[in-house]
Amino acid sequence: MRFALSDERRGFARSLDDLLGDAGVPAASRRWADGDSGPGLEIWRRLAEMGVSALRVPEAHGGLGAEPADVVVAFEALGRHLVPGPYIESVVLAPPLLASAGGGPSLDDLAAGTAIVTAAAPPMAPLALDAHVAHAVLVLDGSGLSAAERGEARTSVDRSRRLFEARPAGAPARLDPAVAAGALDAAVLACSAQLLGAGERALATAVEYAGSRRQFGRVIGEYQAVKHALADVRVALDFARPLVYGAAVSLGEGSPDAGRDVSAAKAATSEAAHLAARTALQTHGAIGYTEEYDLGLWITKIRALATAWGTPAFHRARVLAAVTAATG
Amino acid sequence: MNLDLDDRERAFRDEARAWLAEHVPASPLPNMDTAEGFEAHREWEAVLAAGRWSVVSWPAAYLGRDASLLEWVLFEEEYYRAGGPARVAQNGISLLAPILFEYGTPEQRERYLRPMADGTEIWAQAWSEPEAGSDLAALRATAARDEARGGWVLNGQKTWSSRAAFAHRGFGLFRSDPSARRHKGLTYFLFPLDAEGVTVRPIPKLDGHPGFAEIFFEDVFVPDADVLGAPGDGWRVAMSTAGNERGLSLRAPGRFCAAADRLLTLWKERGAGSAALGERVADAWIAAQAYRLYTFATLARIERGESVGADGSVNKIFWSELDVRLHETALALLGAEAELRGAGAPCDGAWMDGYLFALSGPIYAGTNEIQRNIVAERVLGLPRGDR
Ligand SMILES: Cc1cc2nc3c(=O)[nH]c(=O)nc-3n(C[C@H](O)[C@H](O)[C@H](O)COP(=O)(O)OP(=O)(O)OC[C@H]3O[C@@H](n4cnc5c(N)ncnc54)[C@H](O)[C@@H]3O)c2cc1C
Repeated sequence: MRFALSDERRGFARSLDDLLGDAGVPAASRRWADGDSGPGLEIWRRLAEMGVSALRVPEAHGGLGAEPADVVVAFEALGRHLVPGPYIESVVLAPPLLASAGGGPSLDDLAAGTAIVTAAAPPMAPLALDAHVAHAVLVLDGSGLSAAERGEARTSVDRSRRLFEARPAGAPARLDPAVAAGALDAAVLACSAQLLGAGERALATAVEYAGSRRQFGRVIGEYQAVKHALADVRVALDFARPLVYGAAVSLGEGSPDAGRDVSAAKAATSEAAHLAARTALQTHGAIGYTEEYDLGLWITKIRALATAWGTPAFHRARVLAAVTAATG
Repeated sequence: MNLDLDDRERAFRDEARAWLAEHVPASPLPNMDTAEGFEAHREWEAVLAAGRWSVVSWPAAYLGRDASLLEWVLFEEEYYRAGGPARVAQNGISLLAPILFEYGTPEQRERYLRPMADGTEIWAQAWSEPEAGSDLAALRATAARDEARGGWVLNGQKTWSSRAAFAHRGFGLFRSDPSARRHKGLTYFLFPLDAEGVTVRPIPKLDGHPGFAEIFFEDVFVPDADVLGAPGDGWRVAMSTAGNERGLSLRAPGRFCAAADRLLTLWKERGAGSAALGERVADAWIAAQAYRLYTFATLARIERGESVGADGSVNKIFWSELDVRLHETALALLGAEAELRGAGAPCDGAWMDGYLFALSGPIYAGTNEIQRNIVAERVLGLPRGDR
């Protein structure tokens, strides 16, 4: 048993952190929210150069055919740095669907990052994220996959998530249900990883702030009420992380428990990241509540991702159904 | 990255499972914090030792199996899944033995480890004092040098010493250099609880049983042979056990996973219909699973040569709160019957008994407030500030 990231994957995480740390992501995210997707798409291009868009595309089409654990590493970094764009849809969900159903943009273009796909997958993801930058919009309904037209725009609490209704055009292609289910589970897992990364960043930001902001003649991080709240966030994130990696292992091995494990990861990361966001806001006081301070970008992102790709209640119900069926 | 067992590990697990299926008592033993239950649990320790399952991670020379940490975790999983009794020898095995292996003399190891492993001698930890709880370094019990007899004379009082009401021996810290400050000048002693000058006064716990005790020392002589580690070095020696207590060695995931499985059974019998309770049951199961996977990740870190350090405090906060949560969820499922204990209560009151025990988890082994301080300062790097 070896339940730890390989050196290679840690190296991948570090390179992503280096790239995104220098890329001015929060500014790009604000521009994305205002309708200027230029800087965000430039980040898309640079991530594609590092192989992110190729992760789930089969090697025959220029992809990496990577494991779910690689996806987790990448999406944790995307969450940590707040990268805007339909990454879950284009990088994780679309490749296996298009590989199975054919049609749509070529897998080679997906791998290269030159084609961007978004998708709605009701009921977990009823709207298509960022359809304005996508070359194709898909709707996955059960195991039916349709090309779709971009409909009306809807507004998210996270202004960098531009959501659209998706209207299926034409009869759906029937997919192998196992392919559809596996793709959805991978999307939920990627969303969990993103939540984990976003939660880590909210905690790090709060710890940094608590170490510098002074009130009553001391830095606020000396106050035990602040310390304990932040320690609880550390505990919550530390115990959400192994569920994410455990689910990646299950999914990678095609285990019959994969759906259960992915749902456990999503429920736990939603809770942990939510606690991180609330605590980070409280630690900052009013400045955290302002539009111009970047922390708010993570707070609203976490709030949106907590219910994207299945609410915690949905995923808990799925876990409960699976584990009660399993015990005698 | 994988969670697969190798052949040796699988064989080990299967052997443990088969042995436990045959040997675990069919009906629960009486509570180990009663005189009768204490003896019954000691007999069980002897049965475990005869099968070489009482201390699997110890060297074979001391009744162990040289099992790896992972194998120990697997054993614990099997143990709790099989419904194995609480371990009356636990304080000795998990808190004292690691430091006997690290700091003990060959004679001390020879003398103490085997009787500890087979339940012949049960040990109690005597650290806390009435005025030294969280602030353990404030302890006042003294050890005065007695050159003539080649040893030390202990005086003072210890308290909350688990199992001490019935145990045979104790280990604890005493102030051997009154001029040294706080963490300095402390010495670690081993002593019999029936020694001349020792008085043990049992204290009933919340559940009514004498689960811990006060210990009074009046001119109790301890020979040099029973000093553990160097005189004056007691704090450092003791802190190496404190890490054990918070970290892995006290709480393998097995007990929480087994409790989560029992909770699912209870949910099936009693729960259906309440979505809100269903969410709590799912959360409890998820948290137990998280603890299990976290443990495997910790094992991988240890194997890579990393030390776990202050992350032991992260771990302690989580398991102690998980235990309370699991039991509170079960009590919620039991509804109005939850308050019943003993015969006639649902599951003979096992959930309420477990709940009462779980309530002490956030207090012992260093309260969770103290653990949060450690996490904030040593894991997150927040400033220590004035105390
Ligand atoms: C079931 C059980 C078994 C035990 N077994 C043993 C045993 O075998 N051997 C042994 O030696 N001891 C044992 N103990 C004692 C245990 O280690 C102590 O209870 C514990 O260290 C806390 O000390 P205290 O009870 O004196 O509480 P106090 O230290 O008085 O604490 C009271 C409250 O104040 C808080 N507090 C104290 N200091 C701080 C601070 N700096 N910051 C924030 N909050 C603070 C605490 O968190 C707690 O909430 C046992 C306790 C229990 C409940």
